[in-house]
Amino acid sequence: MSNTTHFNRPARLLHWTMAGMILAMLFIGVAMVTSLAHYDALVALHRPLGIGILILAVLRLVNRWRHPPPALPPDLPGWQRQAAHASHRLLYGLMLGLPLIGWAMLSAAGYPIGLGGSVVLPPILPRDPAIYAWLRPVHSVLAYALFGLILAHLGAALMHGLIRRDGVFSSMALRATAPRS
Amino acid sequence: MSLLDDLAGAGPAMRPRAVILRLGAIAALVAGTAGAFAYAGGWLSPHDLTPARILDRFERVNGPHPGFRRNHAKGLCLAGRFESSGRGERLSKASLFAPGQITPVTGRIALAGGRPYAADAATTVRSLALRFHLPDGEEWRTGNNDIPVFPVRTPEAFYAQLLAAKPDPATGKPDPEALAAFFAANPDSVKAAALIKARTLTAGFADDTFRGLNAFRFVARDGRQTPVRWAFVPEHAATAESPAQGGRADENFLFDGFASAVRRAPVRWHLVVTLGEPGDPTADATRAWPSERPSLDAGTVIVSETEAEADGNCRDVNFDPLVLPAGIEGGDDPLLGARSAAYAQSFTRRAGEPKSPSAVHDAPVAGAGL
Repeated sequence: MSNTTHFNRPARLLHWTMAGMILAMLFIGVAMVTSLAHYDALVALHRPLGIGILILAVLRLVNRWRHPPPALPPDLPGWQRQAAHASHRLLYGLMLGLPLIGWAMLSAAGYPIGLGGSVVLPPILPRDPAIYAWLRPVHSVLAYALFGLILAHLGAALMHGLIRRDGVFSSMALRATAPRS
Repeated sequence: MSLLDDLAGAGPAMRPRAVILRLGAIAALVAGTAGAFAYAGGWLSPHDLTPARILDRFERVNGPHPGFRRNHAKGLCLAGRFESSGRGERLSKASLFAPGQITPVTGRIALAGGRPYAADAATTVRSLALRFHLPDGEEWRTGNNDIPVFPVRTPEAFYAQLLAAKPDPATGKPDPEALAAFFAANPDSVKAAALIKARTLTAGFADDTFRGLNAFRFVARDGRQTPVRWAFVPEHAATAESPAQGGRADENFLFDGFASAVRRAPVRWHLVVTLGEPGDPTADATRAWPSERPSLDAGTVIVSETEAEADGNCRDVNFDPLVLPAGIEGGDDPLLGARSAAYAQSFTRRAGEPKSPSAVHDAPVAGAGL
């Protein structure tokens, strides 16, 4: 933690870019698995978007280590403080873990992992249908977990912004404004 | 309102009414997002056709056969190469069409239907699935059938046909009333069924013609797109099915015949690409293109090995027709996306199931002539 009141500009840009990408990704993913007519178009979006999220999540973690985020307000109840820290760790874990599991499961299934054009990612696991069969439902369950966490994150952020009005929401706002005292 | 203030953490400046209003707005936004997600996931439209429902119907019609493909369940793996003629290069930038290019190929011949232990029958639709291994990890996977057109135009019609054509256990034939109702509802399929029924049955896999059926697009280096359909045309002159084959004791006579043919000499198919013109149906696999459309011979698939299905070979490959290299693209045919989705579902289901040996073994002792 630091004495700053705002996340640095790269952190804020990354947050809002990734918020859009991850929400789009979750909606594409959940639609894809039951779709017939648009299945291939959705899959073709899902793969490069996932790799994009993976790359940005790594950049974001590096930026976070170099520029620690602002401290939470001192009057925040302990359980909320713990919930905030735990949920943020989980969010980072899933932002990194879901694309990696997706990449790994497609590798195990023996699919060429095309990102568009003739760009194909190398496999990161040996081809093994049993491993694919194990990873495939893990990918779904963790994606639902991420969606649930994002809903909680959204609700908590709006509580900070609209009700507590304690500067937590504005610390991540794209346009940095002075926090309310 | 101190309890509300404690929970929500509102400062003393905010009136309780405002706190409740804002809490309500937050709850509505979160619930709305969750609802939109449920909508996208199809939970609000449980009657829509999904890949899972198509596969459930296959399992219902054919019975459970864990570990096997839900369709084209009985098959034999093959391997060989593709020798490009160079004539496809002007239409598609895919590297396999470059002049003189030799591309390794693996694949699978199979019989349509979801029963892995069914006896071979001359009238069962035969398929040829191929996987072209291009440099740098690109692949072209394609599934082809020995019928002139596909029996249905849409995924919904396919789903209806699966049930309508289910053989009645008492008679061994589909219920005529169910079939008549299906054709009444799907007039496209009436003409297609007549064309399929009138096809020439050849002696086996090696002298059979296999068609991609759906329309695709070839994309040239300069970006020019051409609607195409393709067929794998045998170099062996087709011989008509002999009446004696009907009474064969060998339940695998089609597969064993192919394995024997490959042992005698490599089996060759020419990849004949037909070029569509504006107005040709690209989204209706029940209709053939006019016979005067130009075509070109893009090269030869040469099959030099066969192998029984086993761990790690063609058994564990999803021949998804939309696994394509740059230079080949899916068109607007609604069956293509549906095939891709249903094949993926079949692959996912069987990947985790225990495996049983295929009915088609290696090196049949009888009649191999070795």
